[in-house]
Amino acid sequence: MTPGVFEYHRPNKVEDVLALLAEFGDDGKVLAGGHSLVPMMKLRLAEPAHIIDINAIASLRGIREEEGMIVIGAATTQAEIMGSDLLNEKCRILPDAAALIADPQVRNCGTIGGNCANGDPGNDDPAIMLALNASYTLQNQAGQRQIAAREFYEAVYTTALAEDELLTEIHVPAPAKGTGMSYQKIKRKVGDYAIAAAAVTLSMSAGQCTDAAVALTNVGDTALLSLEAAEAIKGSAVDARAIDRAADAAMADCEPVEDMRGTVEYRTAMVGEMTRRAIAEALSRVAGS
Amino acid sequence: MSDAPELTLEEREATIGGIGTARKRKEDARFIRGKGNYVDDIKLPGMLHGDFVRSSHAHALIKSIDTEEALKVDGVLAVITAKDLEPLSLHWMPTLAGDMAAVLADKKVHFQNQEVAFVVAADRYAAADGVQRVDVEYEELPPLIDPKRALDDDAPVIRDDVAENDEVGQGSRHHPNHIFEWKVGDKEATDAAFETADIRIREEIAYPRCHPSPLETCGCVASMDAVNGKLTVYGTFQAPHVVRTVVSLITGLAESNIRIVSPDIGGGFGNKVGAYPGYVCAAAASIVTGHPVKWIESRIDNLSTTAFARDYHMTGELAADKDGKILAVRANVIADHGAFNTHAQPMKWPAGLFNIVTGSYNIPVGHVEVNGVFTNKAPGGVAYRCSFRVTEAAYLIERLVDILAQKTGIDKAEIRLRNFVQPEQFPYSSCLGWEYDSGDYPTALQTAMQAVDYAGLRKEQAEKRDKGELMGIGISTFTEIVGAGPVRNCDIVGLGMFDSCEIRVHPTGSVIARLGTKSQGQGHETTFAQIIATELGIPSDDITIEEGDTDTAPYGLGTYGSRSTPVAGAATARAARKIKDKAKKIAAHVLEASEDDLEWEVDRFRVAGSDISMKMKDIAMAAYSNVPDGLEHGLETTDYYNPPNFTYPFGAYICVVDIDRFTGDVKVRRFYALDDCGTRINPMVIDGQIHGGLAEAYGIAMGQEISYDETGNVLGASLMDYFLPTSVETPEWETDFTVTPCPHHPIGAKGIGESPNVGGVPAFTNAIVDAFAHHGVTHMPMPHTQAKVWQTLNELGLNK
Amino acid sequence: MPSKKISLTINGEAVEADVEARMLLIHFLREQLNITGPHIGCETSHCGACTVDLDGKSVKACTIFAVQADGGELLTVEGLANGAELHPLQEGFFQCHGLQCSFCTPGMLTRAYRLLQDNPNPSDEEIRMGLSGNLCRCTGYQNIVKAVRYAADKINQAEGAN
Repeated sequence: MTPGVFEYHRPNKVEDVLALLAEFGDDGKVLAGGHSLVPMMKLRLAEPAHIIDINAIASLRGIREEEGMIVIGAATTQAEIMGSDLLNEKCRILPDAAALIADPQVRNCGTIGGNCANGDPGNDDPAIMLALNASYTLQNQAGQRQIAAREFYEAVYTTALAEDELLTEIHVPAPAKGTGMSYQKIKRKVGDYAIAAAAVTLSMSAGQCTDAAVALTNVGDTALLSLEAAEAIKGSAVDARAIDRAADAAMADCEPVEDMRGTVEYRTAMVGEMTRRAIAEALSRVAGS
Repeated sequence: MSDAPELTLEEREATIGGIGTARKRKEDARFIRGKGNYVDDIKLPGMLHGDFVRSSHAHALIKSIDTEEALKVDGVLAVITAKDLEPLSLHWMPTLAGDMAAVLADKKVHFQNQEVAFVVAADRYAAADGVQRVDVEYEELPPLIDPKRALDDDAPVIRDDVAENDEVGQGSRHHPNHIFEWKVGDKEATDAAFETADIRIREEIAYPRCHPSPLETCGCVASMDAVNGKLTVYGTFQAPHVVRTVVSLITGLAESNIRIVSPDIGGGFGNKVGAYPGYVCAAAASIVTGHPVKWIESRIDNLSTTAFARDYHMTGELAADKDGKILAVRANVIADHGAFNTHAQPMKWPAGLFNIVTGSYNIPVGHVEVNGVFTNKAPGGVAYRCSFRVTEAAYLIERLVDILAQKTGIDKAEIRLRNFVQPEQFPYSSCLGWEYDSGDYPTALQTAMQAVDYAGLRKEQAEKRDKGELMGIGISTFTEIVGAGPVRNCDIVGLGMFDSCEIRVHPTGSVIARLGTKSQGQGHETTFAQIIATELGIPSDDITIEEGDTDTAPYGLGTYGSRSTPVAGAATARAARKIKDKAKKIAAHVLEASEDDLEWEVDRFRVAGSDISMKMKDIAMAAYSNVPDGLEHGLETTDYYNPPNFTYPFGAYICVVDIDRFTGDVKVRRFYALDDCGTRINPMVIDGQIHGGLAEAYGIAMGQEISYDETGNVLGASLMDYFLPTSVETPEWETDFTVTPCPHHPIGAKGIGESPNVGGVPAFTNAIVDAFAHHGVTHMPMPHTQAKVWQTLNELGLNK
Repeated sequence: MPSKKISLTINGEAVEADVEARMLLIHFLREQLNITGPHIGCETSHCGACTVDLDGKSVKACTIFAVQADGGELLTVEGLANGAELHPLQEGFFQCHGLQCSFCTPGMLTRAYRLLQDNPNPSDEEIRMGLSGNLCRCTGYQNIVKAVRYAADKINQAEGAN
């Protein structure tokens, strides 16, 4: 298994990436971690004429907090996400999820931007971004725009990212105190995509859930935000009945297909179970509860 | 001729590092430095690379193959199709099972990813570029995927080439998709026993198609020397001599002009026994181009084309009395062999040694019928870390005994104890024709039960059941039949399945020994030296073991089916004994003593009752300088060993699982494995073999399956989907042993490498089914993925 | 074919080479430089047999282009020993029977090397997690875990003594 012929570009600045994207259009592919793209190229299912390697661009890496927003460079690796003190303190769902993605070597290469932007419904970060209500900074030569993750995903491998655009940053609203979060993923083995997974954030005040979000991985054409599941626990004490209602709602919202991971029935049931577990863990992590 | 200072006997024994020593492995010196030499490490001057164009369809006629664009690709030298091989008569090749297999698809394709054309190029990148540009036009035919439909009247005919033949190498057949029918046992008596028995159980038990998937895929480098006409093939061959003979038969080249070399092999597990189109095409391409040609399989090619295992669709039945005493066994099997009959068994045994299905139990009568069929799937049927079809047989009987226990309400350990062949019954003649050599099954199981506190586990299980929790205890008390084998029973392409060892003792007392087997990780360089060390009193560190080069090694049938120790190990001991006999004559001559007065003492002959002795090291020098009249110089010999019987390793495994009733996730809490492989040559290596075999058994039981959709697309043929467990999923193993030596083996050894696979798989299934036994569940299909276990949970409403 | 000049350090030695852009790092090492310790087992970044250490991180060389290693510092199994002196991990694998067919061993050793750099005293569970990107078909992992433990203890003792 070897890739086809291409020309390799390794720009040092975002502007140069944007110029190359503008020039090559469909013939150019951005190489970040490469662990989705390179296997496709080796299978000759992807044959870009130009590879634009963004790994030399320091400004695309790193995690910082500014004005109530956690800003993550798109080329930040999953290993860096796992090791980030800031995230482990303020938004642990991201490092928790990163530990469930692929394996140590792949996490050293794989980036959060690639995971969010390539449109594979098996990727774990999109559901988390939906739950966190994150937004993506997309740049092209004309300028930049900010798009909510909740508006980004369209279909399998189809997103709002235009051919000439680069995802440069991910903006995550810093979770308020009293927010608990959890990502629960069932998979066959290390390195596998989810049979089903659920990302949950919830906030509690005086024993009542004041805000919640539930999103699902690999059980539809894109990551799915289950508004109904969130509604089921909002305003409740997040008791067993509310959790069951949320699980039922998530199951109703998901659209898995049968594959090697299981039947539609099984994967739907796992959506319910992962939702239950994620809500329970998120609740247990609400500070002071 | 005495030492100063003199070592004690024990110290001398320790210096030797012989049988029973946990000697560190000699081969590791190169491996831990990254200096192993595997086939893909071989680089010859001018070497080209070959890669296959493969069929996208499971069943289709080839209308045309257009190679024009491919030949324009920079670096591509040739594109070979069946038409090009036909003049050389290499477009089809004989299989080890008496059938023919297409080397390159000839007019039609029979399974997805079948080899259609071979692109030869300057490097692997250019070869892949060429493959991409070969245009093949197909006319699709209806595929046959379900083996149970293969013999239907309206089933698509897969093999037009043999459709009219009365047989395809293994006896008579009655349908174009039929390969063989094999029956053994006394049908009449078995039927009668079933008719009158108080208790009858019957279960359909499938052993799914899986794949050995060693970490190194198959490959070779073929190099034809046009000047001297010699073909050298370096490759991943578990049986290099057999390959040489087969290559000679296929190509017509003299065997003396063929050299087969197996370098270091990155695991085999049965995958590397057979002959594959890649080997033939690389050789043909080298002959045609005059360059060495390398072919290395990709993992997808490996999983989807070379050497699947199992795919046995079994119906098993037991008849028993009210006390659970088994009166008869019956088995009926549909064996899916894929598109060509390329399974690797001794030729007289189309279903291998499946009639070991009586297991460890004293069963008066039995009958087995196996029918092999063609389907539009990859060909094969290899023994994946087991002796031929033994794992299928062990799985069936171990499952049936559990089902019988549930039906009778007898504890699963107790029912085994009631039915075991007893120690005093050995040698034991089974109703299906085998003579078990030795065993002590009750001691093995009772030791295992004590070790895990079986009674305590059952008590805990009862308490958990009251709370609605699912805990399972699986027992497997298996018996294997390995060490193929006696030449009267076993041959491959007519070659008796003996094995060999040649030993040369050098003048200064070090040794080189060569064998007809080939290690693929088993540690032969270490363990075979230990046998010689004990027999000759020469330190194992001074003994070099060589295998795998047919120009130097004596003829042997290779390494698979746990045959190395039982067969080549015996040849090694016997060769050493022949040397020792000669050494004794030399010692008597030098010491001016009578041979009758000499006695062996660790590393020397001593004149009985005296302090006069001669060390083997000194005898070696004398063999080259001072031999008695009438005796040849030198100290070397070869032994070809035809075993009088198979060996019958056995064991008692207990597995404890906890099941998440909401997800179907199975957690192996404990796995205890007691093995009896007779004399233990190297306990460290034995433990390693058991750990590895159990990990493979875990993979098979929990997730390995090569499946197909109804159009014949192979599903999940990459390591994303094919379940090779990582260090995280793999459980911890506890090992234990008893020693019941093999009575007919020179050192009493039986073979160990495959026991954990054979015995492990039913232990997992039995544990998982046991977790549901109180709900009346008697069987659950492998592999026990979360999804399938959940199916049972859901049907029983236990996940609510 | 588009090619590029790259320079990097491999096992402490400076290397300069012309590589085709599409040349994967594993093929560059194995075929262009004859560094055959790292192996190819799956080609889809699942098995880890091709693991090398690039700029202080374990990576799978089957899924990285050689051009991406330009300017980098690379360590393969061949660079673990200090001359004739084995690395404690190599010794641990030998002593604990942590290898059989050994096709996974170079990747396993290189990965374990980085694991111990990052976490000098890992628990058994951390070792298993840390090696979860490296498949072994022979050992059942138990002795590999032991071998890494052996090496960690040996390194920690040596450092404690200093």
